[in-house]
Amino acid sequence: MNKGKVWKYGDNVNTDVIFPGKYTYVLMEPEEMAKHALEDLDPSFAAQVKTGDVIVAGRNFGCGSSREQAASCLKYAGVQAVIAVSFARIFFRNAINQGLPVVQSEKAVRNISAGEEVEVDFERGQIKAEKGTFKFPALPDSVLSILKAGGLIEHTKLFIRNVDIDDMSF
Amino acid sequence: MGATFSEKVLGAKAWKKVKAGEVVTVSPDFILSHDNTAAISLKFAQLGVDKVKCPDKIIIILDHVVPASTEKYSQNHKIIREFVEKQGISNFFDIHNGICHQVLSESGFAMPGKLILGADSHTTSYGAFGAFSAGIGRSEVASIWATDEIWLRVPDTIKIEMKGSFAKGTFAKDAILKIIGEQGADRANYKALEFCGSAVKDLTLASRLVFANMAAEMGAKNGYFAPDSRAMDFLRQHARADFKPVFSDPDAEYEAVLKYDLSILEPQVACPHTVDNIKPITEVEGLKFHQGLIGTCTNGRFEDLKVAADILRDKKIHPAVRVLILPASRKEFLKALREGIIEVLAEAGCVILNAGCGPCLGAHQGILAPGETALSTANRNFQGRMGSRDSKIFLASPATVAASAIAGEITDPRKYL
Repeated sequence: MNKGKVWKYGDNVNTDVIFPGKYTYVLMEPEEMAKHALEDLDPSFAAQVKTGDVIVAGRNFGCGSSREQAASCLKYAGVQAVIAVSFARIFFRNAINQGLPVVQSEKAVRNISAGEEVEVDFERGQIKAEKGTFKFPALPDSVLSILKAGGLIEHTKLFIRNVDIDDMSF
Repeated sequence: MGATFSEKVLGAKAWKKVKAGEVVTVSPDFILSHDNTAAISLKFAQLGVDKVKCPDKIIIILDHVVPASTEKYSQNHKIIREFVEKQGISNFFDIHNGICHQVLSESGFAMPGKLILGADSHTTSYGAFGAFSAGIGRSEVASIWATDEIWLRVPDTIKIEMKGSFAKGTFAKDAILKIIGEQGADRANYKALEFCGSAVKDLTLASRLVFANMAAEMGAKNGYFAPDSRAMDFLRQHARADFKPVFSDPDAEYEAVLKYDLSILEPQVACPHTVDNIKPITEVEGLKFHQGLIGTCTNGRFEDLKVAADILRDKKIHPAVRVLILPASRKEFLKALREGIIEVLAEAGCVILNAGCGPCLGAHQGILAPGETALSTANRNFQGRMGSRDSKIFLASPATVAASAIAGEITDPRKYL
């Protein structure tokens, strides 16, 4: 994995500030969605985010609406992973289903600062940061198989064709 | 050791005994989507399947931007109507019916023991009728349409035991706000909430919907009320299919038991910008606001409109504020209309909107300008939700919003009752 610059936010970053409701019920291209990522939390984010950057946040990241664009707009903006103390349930599912890796690690969040560069290694389950290396537990197999397939839609395509996803390499 | 409601419903669907923490693959009874159906249908098209597997399980209700406010939204609705036609989906409710959670409930789909999943976070609502219902994402809905299955984790359960009855000026909304304020917006993340105790029998179904709807604001996967005679009376008339009520065993294992006495409750207000930023009304009284909103899937039913009308009867709303009435459904609107409630609200100076979601999520109908403040009966007060990023939202009961609308500032409704 490449190093990514950290964007750090607080607790309860909700779906409305990640992707406002006014954009939610029209069809939008990925590049357009990326332009609105975190619009009401950090208006500077969408213009400055670089591919491979990492979001680090506090508790209950992604709380609120079930809108999947909250996960996909971050992915389309180039975000490599979101590291948080905890995730809201539907956001967690949406992120996996969109192929956006999510990492739960309170210790990492406490020790990583905005602007530093971190390296997230999913194979080894660790985050390398300025203040040290932080381990995180592997995701459950059922969840990993969706990430391996590149998201739920690709996963379901394989399921319909009866392909054994567990035989695929990450 | 006995099983909780959630363990029993998901176990029955998985054809085995399950415990909290297990992951099961299940087939839902109903799958809800709304204006997001157009986006879901595009995801479905990517799957390479021509027809949905079980059209009779699919419920589609247009409510988020109704009637369409721009050409983009009307195009969105058009795609949905064409999809409904092509797939032979009979449970389609066009723009005149109301908000999905109320329409699904009043149409008798929310039945005890059923597993209902929806591409909307407030899908938790149907627990008011003893169903297991949870919000999921759009890709998941597309995937279920094609395969008729999904994985779910069996949640741990938190029991919320309520006793006592509401004192004057306090309602279900005040109770759930108090609970969320004390417990925090993520206290029930990934978990089930079971609302029980001696107070429940006196709660109307409309009030139970307030609790189950706002379970989502505590992070809950689902909220549940054991179906009692009040629920069964409604279901005998409205249920769409056979159903079997499911109850938790007396010796079921709970993650926690939280106790609340409704009789000592004061009116509560959620302050910007999180639902758990709760203060008793006495601490926020006198705060000026610009727009009141009475309605939504949380508090837009007959009893909500009635309590607002009881306060606003023969009065005028303050000239510095505007008040929007957003009924939960056409049926609830008609009930209120026939009882003269809509007339009272209009006489008082309220703007009567059609049943739908519009202003609650800042889609259309009453967008807030920078610097403006709303006092709303909705379920969410996140920054920028109702419009400008520089606006604020306070949440309260319909009685509090109505009383405050007269005074032009946040006001204790007990002064008007």
